[in-house]
Amino acid sequence: MRAVDFRLTDDQRDLRTGVRDLLAGRYGREALRASVDAGGTLDRRLWRELGEAGFFALRLPQERGGVGLGLPEAVLVFEEAGRALLPGPLVATHLAAGAVPGAAEGTAVVTAFDLGGPGGGTLVAHLGEADAVLGAPSLPTGEPVPSADPLTPLHRVASRPPAASGAYRDEGALLTAALQVGGALRTVELAVRYGREREQFGQPIGAFQAVKHLCAQMLVRAEVARTAVYAAAVTADPAEVAGAKLLADGAAVRNARDCLQVHGGMGFTWEADVHLHLKRAWVRAEQWRTAGEAEELLAAELASAAM
Amino acid sequence: MDLTYTQEERDFRARLREWLGKTLPELPARPSPDDWPGRRAYDAGWQRRLYDAGYAGLHWPVDAGGRGATPTQHLIFLEETERAGAPYVGANFVGLLHAGPTIAAEGTAAQRARWLPPVLRGDEVWCQGFSEPGAGSDLAALRTRAVRDGDDYVITGSKIWTSHAEVADWCELLVRTRSVSETVPKHRGISWLAMPMDAPGVTVRPLRTLAGSAEFAEVFLDEVRVPVANRVGEEDDGWRVTMVTLSFERGTAFVGEVVACRRTLGELARTAKANGRWDDPVLRRRLGRLYAEFGALWRLTQWNVSASEASGGVPGVGGSVFKLAYSHARQELYDTAAEVLGADSLALDGEWALDRLSSLSYTIAAGTSQIQRNIVAERILGLPKGR
Ligand SMILES: Cc1cc2nc3c(=O)[nH]c(=O)nc-3n(C[C@H](O)[C@H](O)[C@H](O)COP(=O)(O)OP(=O)(O)OC[C@H]3O[C@@H](n4cnc5c(N)ncnc54)[C@H](O)[C@@H]3O)c2cc1C
Repeated sequence: MRAVDFRLTDDQRDLRTGVRDLLAGRYGREALRASVDAGGTLDRRLWRELGEAGFFALRLPQERGGVGLGLPEAVLVFEEAGRALLPGPLVATHLAAGAVPGAAEGTAVVTAFDLGGPGGGTLVAHLGEADAVLGAPSLPTGEPVPSADPLTPLHRVASRPPAASGAYRDEGALLTAALQVGGALRTVELAVRYGREREQFGQPIGAFQAVKHLCAQMLVRAEVARTAVYAAAVTADPAEVAGAKLLADGAAVRNARDCLQVHGGMGFTWEADVHLHLKRAWVRAEQWRTAGEAEELLAAELASAAM
Repeated sequence: MDLTYTQEERDFRARLREWLGKTLPELPARPSPDDWPGRRAYDAGWQRRLYDAGYAGLHWPVDAGGRGATPTQHLIFLEETERAGAPYVGANFVGLLHAGPTIAAEGTAAQRARWLPPVLRGDEVWCQGFSEPGAGSDLAALRTRAVRDGDDYVITGSKIWTSHAEVADWCELLVRTRSVSETVPKHRGISWLAMPMDAPGVTVRPLRTLAGSAEFAEVFLDEVRVPVANRVGEEDDGWRVTMVTLSFERGTAFVGEVVACRRTLGELARTAKANGRWDDPVLRRRLGRLYAEFGALWRLTQWNVSASEASGGVPGVGGSVFKLAYSHARQELYDTAAEVLGADSLALDGEWALDRLSSLSYTIAAGTSQIQRNIVAERILGLPKGR
């Protein structure tokens, strides 16, 4: 009997493949670029399809119409969503399943006061399209502001109501970390693919060691973060979740940066997808738990474990 | 994915904890770092106690003299021994963590019977004779020659950076049994031998490390006779065997140290609280980040151990991913320690300062970080070789 076993079960593997195939078919590169061209408006039909596929109801018990799976399965699904750069308040709507009508089915779009910042932060993602804000009694009004990420529209609200989203914080942070891991792994693939194709000095640039080492470091970051996320999904321990978010944010942001570097001038274009990964990684790094908060939480945990 | 322990594993932990509680107070005082015979005796004594209590070679296959324990039990063993402050493998590093496992995986029944039990009992110490002055990262460029003479190989050449050579009984030695030529590429003519360190013609000259002590040595080989029967694997097929050794060395040999680093980080937090440095938010956050990194490295260890179990016990190239992350984190840990200690980090009477010095070798020994990145890029990511 081997109990501490990190390998995915066959069911978990199938789930991951299933989600990957679904997203490849329904939200491939063309769809991604179409949503960029559409100015980031959310595709409500896709949202409903995600709902029908069980994306939001994944962890709702079966007797309440859900799929009845747990956090370990959810992080696999969110990793795939991160890989595909699927837009929208995925985490908030998933957390709202069962609490906000229509969230589980994908007929409602639910966002959250999940963006931190000095003084609690007044920016809210996807507010213009939201039917509800997680934990808030009513929809606040806000002014649209141009967003760094073309697929994450932002609104600035006048004042932030006392949010109840604290209760969702650990799960929100973990699922966001899973999205980051998906992005981090995807950017390694993009960099490696470009490194094999693009030739300079008569050979693929991926044969240059400077490029190789960037790619190798990208994989190291992504794999360490992925392990942290999977483990935190199993233990649901708040410190482990904070660590997973911290490492996943770092891996996603840093990998997107390195991916951009590997792409040279192409990486600086609107046309290449690299910037979309980087910008989304920046957004997610500000959501649910920032690096500073995670580090302080971990330090406190370290101190109490050591005393 | 399942990270909970079975009743059997919890019992195993409890028995081990009890045994450690009883045994550790009986251990003699630790010898000084420069007292090599004393260090050997101390490490051997600890290994003997493990053997007598049934904890030696816990996760080795039963037909190699091991206990056939699950990977989880092995990890529990590492956690508990570290938590209790038990001695580290020390001089038994090569024998227990990579030469032994290589013989278990690649040796004949007779070879296993000859070499493995003494390693498990702590009776025989091994060292690693791979690197040469002209063959470091480019290990396959090694030139130490072995010429067949009847039932012996006659070996001439030199090795360098051989850790624990002074106290070792055996050396896992790489030799060239076939010259490189137009038709024989450099990695084709290598053989993996077990060489007795007391054989005539072996000369060990200690080298002083930057930490001031003689942790490694040069080994000169002048017509040393080693029986052909001491070859593990086929003649000229030693490069394949070497890959097995290196995968143990990079993949699993550092597992116990990750646990040690987590304890060290806890001590560092206590020190920082005591000397007031904890109040510096920049430093405190750096410690928080290290806590996340070592937590993740421990999880990655568990991950690799489950994966290697699935693939028949020999760790895969994923070990390079782990080694890269671990080497960096370990150096960062001791640099952070220096920041916590301030000028005190310069006083060599403290354990921290010495450990900081030894951490400098982590991005070099067992394959430099650059070489690990080449491996990750070419063998995992499939990037092309350069011209
Ligand atoms: C503490 C310690 C203990 C050791 N113990 C042992 C032992 O017991 N037995 C044993 O056999 N060996 C041992 N070694 C040797 C160790 O394996 C080698 O030092 C290591 O493989 C590097 O070889 P080198 O020292 O010749 O450096 P070199 O190979 O000369 O490397 C010098 C620099 O060049 C870089 N470099 C070289 N080739 C490449 C490349 N292709 N691409 C990019 N960069 C490159 C390296 O990364 C490094 O930065 C030990 C080393 C240390 C530090």
